[in-house]
Amino acid sequence: MDFVTRGFEGRRRGSDDRLPPGQYLTGDFPVLSAGPTPPVDHDEWELWVATEDGTRHTWSWDELMALPAESVTVDIHCVTSWSKLDTEWRGVSLDTLLEDVETAADFVMVHSYGGYTTNLPLEDILDGKAWVAFGYDGDDLTPEHGGPARLLVPHLYFWKSAKWVRGIELMPDDSPGFWEQLGYHDYGDPWREQRYQGD
Amino acid sequence: MSHPQQHPHRPGPPADWDGNLMAGPLSELFALDVTTAVVRCRGCGAANEVARLRVYGPEPGLVGRCPGCDDVLLRVVRTPDAIWLDLGGAASLRWPAESAGSEAQA
Amino acid sequence: MARAALPGGLSARRTWREARLVERRPESPTAVTLLLEVDGWPGHLPGQHVDVRLTAPDGYTATRSYSVAAPQDGDRIELTVQRVPDGEVSPFLADGLALGDSVRLRGPVGGWFVWRPDQPGPVLLVAGGSGLVPLMSMLRARATAGGKAFRLVCSVRSPADVLYRDELAALSAVPGVEIQLVHTREAPAGDPRPAGRLLAEDLSAPGWTATEGPTCYVCGPTGFVESIADLLVLTGHGADRIRTERFGPSGP
Repeated sequence: MDFVTRGFEGRRRGSDDRLPPGQYLTGDFPVLSAGPTPPVDHDEWELWVATEDGTRHTWSWDELMALPAESVTVDIHCVTSWSKLDTEWRGVSLDTLLEDVETAADFVMVHSYGGYTTNLPLEDILDGKAWVAFGYDGDDLTPEHGGPARLLVPHLYFWKSAKWVRGIELMPDDSPGFWEQLGYHDYGDPWREQRYQGD
Repeated sequence: MSHPQQHPHRPGPPADWDGNLMAGPLSELFALDVTTAVVRCRGCGAANEVARLRVYGPEPGLVGRCPGCDDVLLRVVRTPDAIWLDLGGAASLRWPAESAGSEAQA
Repeated sequence: MARAALPGGLSARRTWREARLVERRPESPTAVTLLLEVDGWPGHLPGQHVDVRLTAPDGYTATRSYSVAAPQDGDRIELTVQRVPDGEVSPFLADGLALGDSVRLRGPVGGWFVWRPDQPGPVLLVAGGSGLVPLMSMLRARATAGGKAFRLVCSVRSPADVLYRDELAALSAVPGVEIQLVHTREAPAGDPRPAGRLLAEDLSAPGWTATEGPTCYVCGPTGFVESIADLLVLTGHGADRIRTERFGPSGP
Protein backbone atom coordinates (compact mmCIF):
# COMPACT_ATOMS: atom_id res chain seq x y z
CA MET A 1 0.00 0.00 0.00
CA ASP A 2 1.08 3.56 -0.70
CA PHE A 3 2.47 5.62 2.14
CA VAL A 4 -0.04 7.81 3.95
CA THR A 5 -0.32 11.57 3.32
CA ARG A 6 -0.25 13.13 6.78
CA GLY A 7 -3.48 14.97 7.56
CA PHE A 8 -5.49 13.76 4.52
CA GLU A 9 -8.87 12.10 5.12
CA GLY A 10 -10.59 12.39 1.76
CA ARG A 11 -14.23 12.18 0.83
CA ARG A 12 -15.79 8.76 0.32
CA ARG A 13 -18.26 7.75 -2.35
CA GLY A 14 -21.13 5.45 -1.48
CA SER A 15 -20.61 1.83 -2.54
CA ASP A 16 -21.10 1.85 -6.28
CA ASP A 17 -23.38 -0.40 -8.17
CA ARG A 18 -21.24 -2.59 -10.39
CA LEU A 19 -23.40 -2.02 -13.46
CA PRO A 20 -22.85 1.22 -15.34
CA PRO A 21 -25.98 3.13 -16.42
CA GLY A 22 -27.98 1.46 -19.17
CA GLN A 23 -26.30 -1.94 -18.83
CA TYR A 24 -27.80 -5.35 -17.98
CA LEU A 25 -26.10 -8.50 -16.77
CA THR A 26 -25.58 -11.38 -19.16
CA GLY A 27 -24.79 -14.99 -18.34
CA ASP A 28 -23.17 -15.85 -21.64
CA PHE A 29 -20.39 -14.13 -23.57
CA PRO A 30 -21.81 -12.66 -26.78
CA VAL A 31 -19.57 -12.49 -29.83
CA LEU A 32 -19.79 -9.34 -31.92
CA SER A 33 -17.54 -8.74 -34.85
CA ALA A 34 -16.87 -6.42 -37.73
CA GLY A 35 -15.35 -9.12 -39.85
CA PRO A 36 -14.23 -12.71 -40.17
CA THR A 37 -12.06 -14.26 -37.47
CA PRO A 38 -8.55 -13.86 -38.82
CA PRO A 39 -6.53 -17.07 -38.79
CA VAL A 40 -3.19 -16.40 -37.05
CA ASP A 41 -0.57 -19.03 -36.23
CA HIS A 42 1.64 -18.60 -33.18
CA ASP A 43 4.61 -19.00 -35.55
CA GLU A 44 3.53 -16.00 -37.61
CA TRP A 45 2.17 -13.92 -34.73
CA GLU A 46 3.98 -10.71 -33.94
CA LEU A 47 3.09 -7.76 -31.72
CA TRP A 48 4.63 -4.39 -32.52
CA VAL A 49 4.74 -1.05 -30.75
CA ALA A 50 5.65 1.86 -33.01
CA THR A 51 6.57 5.26 -31.62
CA GLU A 52 5.90 8.53 -33.39
CA ASP A 53 9.49 8.77 -34.62
CA GLY A 54 9.33 5.36 -36.27
CA THR A 55 11.08 3.25 -33.61
CA ARG A 56 9.56 -0.24 -33.52
CA HIS A 57 9.57 -2.69 -30.65
CA THR A 58 8.42 -6.22 -31.53
CA TRP A 59 7.59 -9.44 -29.70
CA SER A 60 7.16 -12.89 -31.15
CA TRP A 61 4.72 -15.27 -29.47
CA ASP A 62 7.56 -16.93 -27.57
CA GLU A 63 8.87 -13.56 -26.45
CA LEU A 64 5.41 -12.58 -25.21
CA MET A 65 5.12 -15.85 -23.29
CA ALA A 66 8.47 -15.17 -21.65
CA LEU A 67 7.25 -11.89 -20.14
CA PRO A 68 5.74 -11.80 -16.63
CA ALA A 69 1.99 -12.43 -16.93
CA GLU A 70 -0.85 -11.66 -14.54
CA SER A 71 -4.20 -13.24 -13.79
CA VAL A 72 -6.89 -10.61 -13.36
CA THR A 73 -10.62 -10.63 -12.62
CA VAL A 74 -12.50 -7.72 -14.14
CA ASP A 75 -15.98 -6.56 -15.13
CA ILE A 76 -16.53 -5.89 -18.84
CA HIS A 77 -19.16 -3.65 -20.43
CA CYS A 78 -20.22 -3.75 -24.06
CA VAL A 79 -21.68 -0.68 -25.75
CA THR A 80 -24.57 -2.87 -26.90
CA SER A 81 -25.60 -2.88 -23.22
CA TRP A 82 -24.54 -6.24 -21.88
CA SER A 83 -22.12 -6.47 -18.98
CA LYS A 84 -20.30 -9.45 -17.60
CA LEU A 85 -18.92 -9.38 -14.07
CA ASP A 86 -15.89 -11.15 -12.62
CA THR A 87 -14.42 -12.32 -15.90
CA GLU A 88 -11.04 -14.00 -15.51
CA TRP A 89 -8.19 -13.27 -17.85
CA ARG A 90 -4.50 -13.93 -18.10
CA GLY A 91 -2.15 -11.59 -19.92
CA VAL A 92 0.85 -9.32 -19.98
CA SER A 93 0.36 -5.82 -18.63
CA LEU A 94 0.86 -2.94 -21.05
CA ASP A 95 3.07 -1.41 -18.34
CA THR A 96 5.48 -4.31 -18.91
CA LEU A 97 5.36 -4.00 -22.70
CA LEU A 98 5.82 -0.23 -22.74
CA GLU A 99 8.45 -0.06 -20.01
CA ASP A 100 11.35 0.83 -22.30
CA VAL A 101 9.38 2.83 -24.84
CA GLU A 102 10.38 6.48 -25.24
CA THR A 103 7.57 8.63 -26.52
CA ALA A 104 6.03 12.11 -26.38
CA ALA A 105 2.73 10.81 -27.71
CA ASP A 106 -0.53 11.16 -25.79
CA PHE A 107 -2.65 8.72 -27.81
CA VAL A 108 -2.51 5.25 -29.29
CA MET A 109 -4.15 3.54 -32.24
CA VAL A 110 -4.51 -0.18 -31.65
CA HIS A 111 -4.33 -2.34 -34.78
CA SER A 112 -5.75 -5.84 -35.17
CA TYR A 113 -5.22 -8.69 -37.57
CA GLY A 114 -8.05 -8.28 -40.08
CA GLY A 115 -7.79 -4.48 -40.15
CA TYR A 116 -9.81 -3.35 -37.12
CA THR A 117 -8.55 -0.28 -35.28
CA THR A 118 -9.50 1.62 -32.15
CA ASN A 119 -8.05 4.76 -30.54
CA LEU A 120 -7.37 5.52 -26.88
CA PRO A 121 -5.38 7.99 -24.75
CA LEU A 122 -2.01 6.46 -23.83
CA GLU A 123 -2.83 7.15 -20.15
CA ASP A 124 -5.71 4.69 -20.41
CA ILE A 125 -3.57 1.67 -21.22
CA LEU A 126 -1.02 2.29 -18.45
CA ASP A 127 -0.99 1.93 -14.66
CA GLY A 128 -2.52 -1.51 -14.48
CA LYS A 129 -5.45 -0.57 -16.71
CA ALA A 130 -4.71 -2.77 -19.74
CA TRP A 131 -3.27 -6.11 -20.81
CA VAL A 132 -2.45 -8.12 -23.90
CA ALA A 133 -4.61 -11.06 -22.85
CA PHE A 134 -4.10 -14.60 -24.10
CA GLY A 135 -6.07 -16.57 -21.52
CA TYR A 136 -9.77 -16.40 -20.63
CA ASP A 137 -11.62 -18.34 -17.94
CA GLY A 138 -8.69 -20.63 -17.28
CA ASP A 139 -8.14 -21.61 -20.94
CA ASP A 140 -6.41 -20.27 -24.02
CA LEU A 141 -8.34 -17.34 -25.47
CA THR A 142 -10.42 -18.76 -28.33
CA PRO A 143 -10.23 -17.19 -31.80
CA GLU A 144 -13.87 -16.04 -31.74
CA HIS A 145 -13.14 -14.03 -28.58
CA GLY A 146 -9.95 -12.57 -29.99
CA GLY A 147 -7.34 -15.29 -29.66
CA PRO A 148 -4.37 -15.78 -29.85
CA ALA A 149 -4.28 -12.43 -28.01
CA ARG A 150 -6.46 -9.40 -27.60
CA LEU A 151 -6.18 -6.07 -25.88
CA LEU A 152 -8.09 -5.95 -22.58
CA VAL A 153 -9.07 -2.47 -21.30
CA PRO A 154 -11.99 -3.14 -18.94
CA HIS A 155 -12.59 0.41 -17.71
CA LEU A 156 -13.80 1.44 -21.19
CA TYR A 157 -16.56 -0.01 -23.37
CA PHE A 158 -15.43 -3.34 -24.71
CA TRP A 159 -15.05 -2.25 -28.35
CA LYS A 160 -11.80 -0.64 -27.15
CA SER A 161 -10.51 -4.10 -26.14
CA ALA A 162 -9.42 -4.90 -29.67
CA LYS A 163 -9.50 -8.56 -30.60
CA TRP A 164 -6.61 -10.20 -32.49
CA VAL A 165 -4.27 -7.42 -31.40
CA ARG A 166 -1.33 -6.92 -33.71
CA GLY A 167 0.18 -3.52 -33.03
CA ILE A 168 0.07 -0.35 -30.97
CA GLU A 169 0.83 2.88 -32.77
CA LEU A 170 1.75 5.87 -30.60
CA MET A 171 0.19 9.08 -31.92
CA PRO A 172 0.76 12.68 -30.83
CA ASP A 173 -2.84 13.57 -31.70
CA ASP A 174 -6.06 11.62 -31.40
CA SER A 175 -7.48 10.03 -34.53
CA PRO A 176 -10.66 7.92 -34.75
CA GLY A 177 -10.48 4.18 -35.26
CA PHE A 178 -12.91 1.83 -36.99
CA TRP A 179 -16.07 2.44 -34.93
CA GLU A 180 -15.11 5.94 -33.81
CA GLN A 181 -15.16 7.00 -37.47
CA LEU A 182 -18.76 5.84 -37.69
CA GLY A 183 -20.29 7.56 -34.68
CA TYR A 184 -18.95 5.80 -31.62
CA HIS A 185 -17.32 7.86 -28.87
CA ASP A 186 -13.60 8.62 -28.98
CA TYR A 187 -13.15 7.79 -25.28
CA GLY A 188 -15.97 5.43 -24.25
CA ASP A 189 -16.37 5.63 -20.43
CA PRO A 190 -19.30 3.34 -19.50
CA TRP A 191 -19.82 5.22 -16.21
CA ARG A 192 -20.54 8.41 -18.12
CA GLU A 193 -22.40 6.47 -20.82
CA GLN A 194 -20.10 7.72 -23.57
CA ARG A 195 -21.42 5.41 -26.28
CA TYR A 196 -21.64 7.78 -29.25
CA GLN A 197 -19.85 10.90 -30.52
CA GLY A 198 -21.22 13.90 -28.67
CA ASP A 199 -22.30 11.97 -25.57
CA MET B 1 -7.23 -4.41 -44.28
CA SER B 2 -6.92 -8.17 -44.68
CA HIS B 3 -5.98 -9.56 -48.08
CA PRO B 4 -6.50 -13.14 -49.16
CA GLN B 5 -3.01 -13.18 -50.66
CA GLN B 6 -1.63 -13.46 -47.13
CA HIS B 7 -3.59 -16.64 -46.47
CA PRO B 8 -4.25 -18.08 -49.91
CA HIS B 9 -5.28 -21.49 -48.63
CA ARG B 10 -7.49 -20.35 -45.81
CA PRO B 11 -10.45 -18.23 -46.98
CA GLY B 12 -12.42 -16.68 -44.12
CA PRO B 13 -15.53 -18.46 -42.87
CA PRO B 14 -18.83 -17.17 -44.30
CA ALA B 15 -20.42 -14.32 -42.35
CA ASP B 16 -23.70 -14.89 -40.55
CA TRP B 17 -25.48 -12.47 -42.87
CA ASP B 18 -25.56 -11.34 -46.44
CA GLY B 19 -26.30 -7.95 -47.92
CA ASN B 20 -30.07 -8.38 -47.52
CA LEU B 21 -29.55 -7.40 -43.89
CA MET B 22 -28.53 -3.95 -45.12
CA ALA B 23 -31.79 -3.41 -47.00
CA GLY B 24 -33.74 -2.13 -44.01
CA PRO B 25 -31.32 0.39 -42.53
CA LEU B 26 -30.28 1.67 -45.95
CA SER B 27 -33.85 1.99 -47.23
CA GLU B 28 -34.06 5.18 -45.15
CA LEU B 29 -31.21 6.66 -47.12
CA PHE B 30 -31.68 5.37 -50.66
CA ALA B 31 -34.83 5.69 -52.73
CA LEU B 32 -33.87 2.57 -54.67
CA ASP B 33 -33.44 -0.93 -53.30
CA VAL B 34 -29.78 -0.97 -52.36
CA THR B 35 -29.51 -4.77 -52.40
CA THR B 36 -29.86 -4.78 -56.18
CA ALA B 37 -27.09 -2.22 -56.65
CA VAL B 38 -23.76 -3.51 -57.89
CA VAL B 39 -20.85 -2.36 -55.76
CA ARG B 40 -17.29 -2.32 -57.03
CA CYS B 41 -14.58 -3.00 -54.49
CA ARG B 42 -11.89 -0.31 -54.28
CA GLY B 43 -9.41 -2.92 -53.11
CA CYS B 44 -9.67 -5.81 -55.58
CA GLY B 45 -11.97 -4.35 -58.23
CA ALA B 46 -14.56 -7.14 -57.98
CA ALA B 47 -18.16 -6.14 -58.71
CA ASN B 48 -20.96 -7.80 -56.71
CA GLU B 49 -24.60 -7.15 -55.92
CA VAL B 50 -24.87 -5.67 -52.43
CA ALA B 51 -27.07 -8.66 -51.58
CA ARG B 52 -24.00 -10.91 -51.96
CA LEU B 53 -21.76 -9.02 -49.55
CA ARG B 54 -20.62 -10.77 -46.41
CA VAL B 55 -22.31 -8.74 -43.70
CA TYR B 56 -21.32 -8.57 -40.04
CA GLY B 57 -23.49 -7.05 -37.34
CA PRO B 58 -26.07 -5.59 -36.87
CA GLU B 59 -24.28 -4.59 -33.65
CA PRO B 60 -22.36 -2.40 -33.02
CA GLY B 61 -22.94 -1.57 -36.72
CA LEU B 62 -23.46 -3.17 -40.13
CA VAL B 63 -20.29 -3.96 -42.02
CA GLY B 64 -20.54 -5.21 -45.59
CA ARG B 65 -17.40 -6.91 -46.92
CA CYS B 66 -16.33 -7.88 -50.39
CA PRO B 67 -17.01 -11.57 -51.10
CA GLY B 68 -13.73 -11.68 -53.04
CA CYS B 69 -11.17 -10.09 -50.72
CA ASP B 70 -13.07 -9.32 -47.46
CA ASP B 71 -12.29 -5.61 -47.61
CA VAL B 72 -14.91 -3.36 -46.01
CA LEU B 73 -17.15 -1.82 -48.69
CA LEU B 74 -20.04 -0.34 -46.70
CA ARG B 75 -20.58 0.48 -43.04
CA VAL B 76 -23.78 1.72 -41.36
CA VAL B 77 -24.28 2.76 -37.74
CA ARG B 78 -27.53 4.00 -36.14
CA THR B 79 -27.05 6.21 -33.09
CA PRO B 80 -29.93 7.80 -31.17
CA ASP B 81 -29.73 10.96 -33.26
CA ALA B 82 -27.97 10.03 -36.48
CA ILE B 83 -27.35 7.48 -39.21
CA TRP B 84 -23.72 7.16 -40.20
CA LEU B 85 -22.84 5.74 -43.59
CA ASP B 86 -19.36 4.98 -44.90
CA LEU B 87 -19.03 4.09 -48.56
CA GLY B 88 -15.26 4.63 -48.67
CA GLY B 89 -14.44 1.04 -49.57
CA ALA B 90 -16.76 1.11 -52.56
CA ALA B 91 -15.29 2.52 -55.75
CA SER B 92 -18.80 2.82 -57.14
CA LEU B 93 -22.43 1.78 -56.73
CA ARG B 94 -24.50 1.10 -59.82
CA TRP B 95 -28.25 0.61 -60.10
CA PRO B 96 -29.81 -0.79 -63.31
CA ALA B 97 -31.44 2.02 -65.38
CA GLU B 98 -34.96 0.55 -65.42
CA SER B 99 -35.18 0.47 -61.62
CA ALA B 100 -34.29 4.18 -61.51
CA GLY B 101 -36.85 4.94 -64.25
CA SER B 102 -39.64 2.92 -62.67
CA GLU B 103 -39.23 4.79 -59.38
CA ALA B 104 -39.53 8.11 -61.16
CA GLN B 105 -42.74 7.01 -62.90
CA ALA B 106 -44.32 5.48 -59.81
CA MET C 1 6.49 16.15 -38.46
CA ALA C 2 8.70 14.11 -36.16
CA ARG C 3 8.75 15.42 -32.65
CA ALA C 4 11.67 14.97 -30.29
CA ALA C 5 11.04 12.49 -27.51
CA LEU C 6 10.61 13.80 -23.98
CA PRO C 7 13.26 13.28 -21.33
CA GLY C 8 13.19 9.91 -19.58
CA GLY C 9 11.67 6.66 -20.80
CA LEU C 10 8.01 5.93 -20.20
CA SER C 11 8.75 4.03 -17.00
CA ALA C 12 10.60 7.00 -15.50
CA ARG C 13 7.61 9.22 -16.12
CA ARG C 14 5.10 6.68 -14.73
CA THR C 15 6.86 6.18 -11.40
CA TRP C 16 5.26 7.66 -8.30
CA ARG C 17 7.88 9.74 -6.50
CA GLU C 18 7.97 11.41 -3.09
CA ALA C 19 7.47 15.17 -3.35
CA ARG C 20 8.36 17.20 -0.24
CA LEU C 21 6.84 20.63 0.37
CA VAL C 22 9.70 23.08 0.88
CA GLU C 23 7.93 26.40 0.40
CA ARG C 24 4.40 27.77 0.11
CA ARG C 25 3.39 31.26 -1.00
CA PRO C 26 0.02 32.87 -1.72
CA GLU C 27 -0.51 33.73 -5.37
CA SER C 28 -3.93 35.39 -5.05
CA PRO C 29 -6.65 35.37 -2.35
CA THR C 30 -7.76 31.96 -3.66
CA ALA C 31 -4.58 30.36 -4.99
CA VAL C 32 -1.32 29.16 -3.52
CA THR C 33 2.00 28.21 -5.11
CA LEU C 34 3.72 25.14 -3.70
CA LEU C 35 7.40 24.48 -4.20
CA LEU C 36 8.09 20.74 -4.04
CA GLU C 37 11.35 18.86 -4.05
CA VAL C 38 11.23 15.57 -5.97
CA ASP C 39 14.27 13.27 -5.75
CA GLY C 40 15.37 12.07 -9.17
CA TRP C 41 12.98 14.29 -11.11
CA PRO C 42 13.50 13.41 -14.82
CA GLY C 43 12.91 16.97 -15.97
CA HIS C 44 9.98 18.57 -17.75
CA LEU C 45 9.09 21.02 -20.50
CA PRO C 46 6.99 24.20 -20.14
CA GLY C 47 3.32 23.27 -20.51
CA GLN C 48 3.46 19.80 -19.02
CA HIS C 49 1.61 18.73 -15.90
CA VAL C 50 1.98 16.23 -13.08
CA ASP C 51 -0.36 13.90 -11.19
CA VAL C 52 -0.51 14.36 -7.42
CA ARG C 53 -1.84 11.55 -5.23
CA LEU C 54 -2.97 11.77 -1.60
CA THR C 55 -3.43 8.63 0.51
CA ALA C 56 -5.67 8.46 3.59
CA PRO C 57 -4.82 6.16 6.54
CA ASP C 58 -7.21 3.44 5.30
CA GLY C 59 -5.65 3.37 1.85
CA TYR C 60 -8.20 5.56 0.09
CA THR C 61 -6.50 7.67 -2.56
CA ALA C 62 -7.40 10.83 -4.44
CA THR C 63 -5.43 11.88 -7.52
CA ARG C 64 -5.51 15.20 -9.38
CA SER C 65 -3.51 16.76 -12.21
CA TYR C 66 -1.70 20.08 -11.81
CA SER C 67 0.21 22.05 -14.42
CA VAL C 68 3.81 22.84 -13.60
CA ALA C 69 4.10 26.61 -13.18
CA ALA C 70 7.83 27.08 -13.72
CA PRO C 71 10.44 25.70 -16.11
CA GLN C 72 12.78 22.87 -15.19
CA ASP C 73 14.95 23.60 -12.17
CA GLY C 74 16.77 20.49 -11.01
CA ASP C 75 14.61 18.55 -8.54
CA ARG C 76 12.21 21.44 -7.86
CA ILE C 77 8.64 21.58 -9.12
CA GLU C 78 6.34 24.58 -8.72
CA LEU C 79 2.59 24.04 -8.73
CA THR C 80 -0.06 26.75 -8.35
CA VAL C 81 -3.16 25.29 -6.73
CA GLN C 82 -6.49 27.09 -7.07
CA ARG C 83 -8.77 26.38 -4.10
CA VAL C 84 -11.94 24.73 -5.44
CA PRO C 85 -14.88 25.48 -3.06
CA ASP C 86 -15.74 22.18 -1.31
CA GLY C 87 -12.91 20.48 -3.17
CA GLU C 88 -11.49 17.24 -1.86
CA VAL C 89 -7.85 17.84 -2.74
CA SER C 90 -7.17 21.52 -3.44
CA PRO C 91 -8.03 22.91 0.03
CA PHE C 92 -5.75 20.25 1.56
CA LEU C 93 -2.85 21.11 -0.73
CA ALA C 94 -3.39 24.84 -0.38
CA ASP C 95 -3.72 24.91 3.41
CA GLY C 96 -3.35 21.48 5.01
CA LEU C 97 -0.05 20.11 3.74
CA ALA C 98 2.71 21.13 6.15
CA LEU C 99 6.24 22.17 5.23
CA GLY C 100 8.42 19.07 5.20
CA ASP C 101 5.45 16.74 4.54
CA SER C 102 5.21 14.75 1.33
CA VAL C 103 2.74 13.73 -1.32
CA ARG C 104 3.17 11.30 -4.18
CA LEU C 105 3.82 12.86 -7.56
CA ARG C 106 4.24 11.44 -11.05
CA GLY C 107 5.17 12.89 -14.41
CA PRO C 108 5.77 14.83 -16.44
CA VAL C 109 2.61 14.25 -18.46
CA GLY C 110 1.69 15.68 -21.85
CA GLY C 111 3.45 15.73 -25.21
CA TRP C 112 1.58 18.21 -27.36
CA PHE C 113 0.83 21.14 -25.06
CA VAL C 114 4.49 22.06 -24.64
CA TRP C 115 6.66 24.96 -25.78
CA ARG C 116 10.24 24.35 -26.79
CA PRO C 117 12.52 27.41 -27.21
CA ASP C 118 13.67 26.13 -30.61
CA GLN C 119 10.14 26.20 -32.06
CA PRO C 120 9.85 28.81 -34.82
CA GLY C 121 7.61 31.83 -34.72
CA PRO C 122 5.74 34.06 -32.32
CA VAL C 123 3.66 32.58 -29.49
CA LEU C 124 0.14 33.62 -28.51
CA LEU C 125 -0.97 32.47 -25.06
CA VAL C 126 -4.65 32.67 -24.08
CA ALA C 127 -5.55 31.86 -20.47
CA GLY C 128 -8.88 31.51 -18.70
CA GLY C 129 -8.54 31.87 -14.93
CA SER C 130 -6.13 29.26 -13.56
CA GLY C 131 -5.43 28.17 -17.15
CA LEU C 132 -2.63 30.70 -16.79
CA VAL C 133 -0.50 28.23 -14.83
CA PRO C 134 1.04 26.17 -17.67
CA LEU C 135 1.32 29.28 -19.83
CA MET C 136 3.27 30.96 -17.01
CA SER C 137 5.80 28.16 -17.28
CA MET C 138 6.20 29.01 -20.96
CA LEU C 139 6.45 32.75 -20.25
CA ARG C 140 9.06 32.18 -17.55
CA ALA C 141 11.06 29.94 -19.87
CA ARG C 142 10.97 32.60 -22.58
CA ALA C 143 12.05 35.28 -20.16
CA THR C 144 15.33 33.48 -19.51
CA ALA C 145 15.80 32.11 -23.06
CA GLY C 146 14.92 35.39 -24.80
CA GLY C 147 14.06 35.57 -28.48
CA LYS C 148 10.53 34.90 -29.73
CA ALA C 149 7.71 37.40 -29.50
CA PHE C 150 5.17 36.36 -26.85
CA ARG C 151 1.71 37.72 -26.21
CA LEU C 152 -0.43 36.67 -23.26
CA VAL C 153 -4.15 37.40 -23.19
CA CYS C 154 -5.44 36.46 -19.76
CA SER C 155 -9.15 36.37 -18.92
CA VAL C 156 -10.11 36.73 -15.24
CA ARG C 157 -13.32 37.59 -13.42
CA SER C 158 -11.95 40.46 -11.36
CA PRO C 159 -8.58 42.06 -10.54
CA ALA C 160 -8.33 39.97 -7.34
CA ASP C 161 -8.29 36.77 -9.41
CA VAL C 162 -5.11 37.59 -11.30
CA LEU C 163 -2.32 35.11 -10.56
CA TYR C 164 1.33 36.20 -10.55
CA ARG C 165 0.19 39.84 -10.65
CA ASP C 166 3.52 41.50 -9.86
CA GLU C 167 5.47 39.16 -12.09
CA LEU C 168 3.13 39.80 -15.02
CA ALA C 169 3.55 43.53 -14.51
CA ALA C 170 7.34 43.12 -14.62
CA LEU C 171 7.15 40.85 -17.69
CA SER C 172 5.11 43.36 -19.64
CA ALA C 173 8.17 45.63 -19.56
CA VAL C 174 10.36 42.97 -21.24
CA PRO C 175 10.99 43.70 -24.95
CA GLY C 176 9.10 41.21 -27.13
CA VAL C 177 6.56 40.35 -24.42
CA GLU C 178 3.00 41.73 -24.36
CA ILE C 179 0.58 41.11 -21.51
CA GLN C 180 -3.14 41.86 -21.83
CA LEU C 181 -5.58 41.30 -18.98
CA VAL C 182 -9.27 40.94 -19.79
CA HIS C 183 -11.70 41.32 -16.88
CA THR C 184 -15.04 39.62 -17.42
CA ARG C 185 -17.06 40.67 -14.32
CA GLU C 186 -15.30 43.57 -12.64
CA ALA C 187 -12.66 45.78 -14.24
CA PRO C 188 -10.17 47.93 -12.30
CA ALA C 189 -11.18 51.56 -11.83
CA GLY C 190 -10.13 53.64 -14.83
CA ASP C 191 -9.50 50.62 -17.06
CA PRO C 192 -10.09 51.59 -20.73
CA ARG C 193 -11.64 48.16 -21.38
CA PRO C 194 -14.97 47.71 -19.54
CA ALA C 195 -15.73 44.35 -17.92
CA GLY C 196 -17.02 41.75 -20.38
CA ARG C 197 -16.35 38.41 -22.04
CA LEU C 198 -13.21 37.92 -24.11
CA LEU C 199 -13.97 38.76 -27.74
CA ALA C 200 -12.17 38.45 -31.06
CA GLU C 201 -10.90 42.03 -30.85
CA ASP C 202 -9.19 41.24 -27.54
CA LEU C 203 -7.27 38.44 -29.23
CA SER C 204 -6.00 40.33 -32.22
CA ALA C 205 -3.47 43.16 -32.03
CA PRO C 206 -0.93 44.73 -34.43
CA GLY C 207 1.55 42.00 -35.30
CA TRP C 208 -0.65 39.28 -33.79
CA THR C 209 -2.98 38.21 -36.56
CA ALA C 210 -3.24 34.94 -38.41
CA THR C 211 -0.83 36.29 -41.04
CA GLU C 212 2.03 36.24 -38.55
CA GLY C 213 1.23 32.57 -37.92
CA PRO C 214 1.73 32.42 -34.16
CA THR C 215 1.59 29.12 -32.34
CA CYS C 216 -1.40 29.53 -30.05
CA TYR C 217 -1.71 27.88 -26.65
CA VAL C 218 -5.14 28.06 -25.02
CA CYS C 219 -5.76 26.82 -21.48
CA GLY C 220 -8.66 27.07 -19.05
CA PRO C 221 -12.10 25.59 -18.39
CA THR C 222 -13.46 23.46 -21.23
CA GLY C 223 -16.12 25.97 -22.37
CA PHE C 224 -13.58 28.78 -22.44
CA VAL C 225 -11.04 26.77 -24.42
CA GLU C 226 -13.58 25.68 -27.01
CA SER C 227 -14.93 29.17 -27.64
CA ILE C 228 -11.43 30.68 -27.87
CA ALA C 229 -10.30 27.94 -30.27
CA ASP C 230 -13.39 28.65 -32.41
CA LEU C 231 -12.61 32.40 -32.35
CA LEU C 232 -9.01 31.79 -33.40
CA VAL C 233 -10.08 29.57 -36.29
CA LEU C 234 -12.73 32.11 -37.33
CA THR C 235 -10.10 34.85 -37.45
CA GLY C 236 -7.94 32.76 -39.75
CA HIS C 237 -5.52 30.89 -37.51
CA GLY C 238 -4.86 27.38 -38.78
CA ALA C 239 -6.24 24.62 -36.59
CA ASP C 240 -2.79 23.01 -36.62
CA ARG C 241 -1.34 26.13 -34.95
CA ILE C 242 -3.74 25.96 -32.02
CA ARG C 243 -2.86 23.79 -29.03
CA THR C 244 -5.34 23.43 -26.22
CA GLU C 245 -5.47 22.14 -22.66
CA ARG C 246 -8.84 21.84 -20.96
CA PHE C 247 -9.32 21.91 -17.20
CA GLY C 248 -12.31 19.72 -16.65
CA PRO C 249 -13.13 16.68 -14.53
CA SER C 250 -10.05 14.45 -14.40
CA GLY C 251 -9.99 12.40 -17.56
CA PRO C 252 -11.44 13.16 -20.99
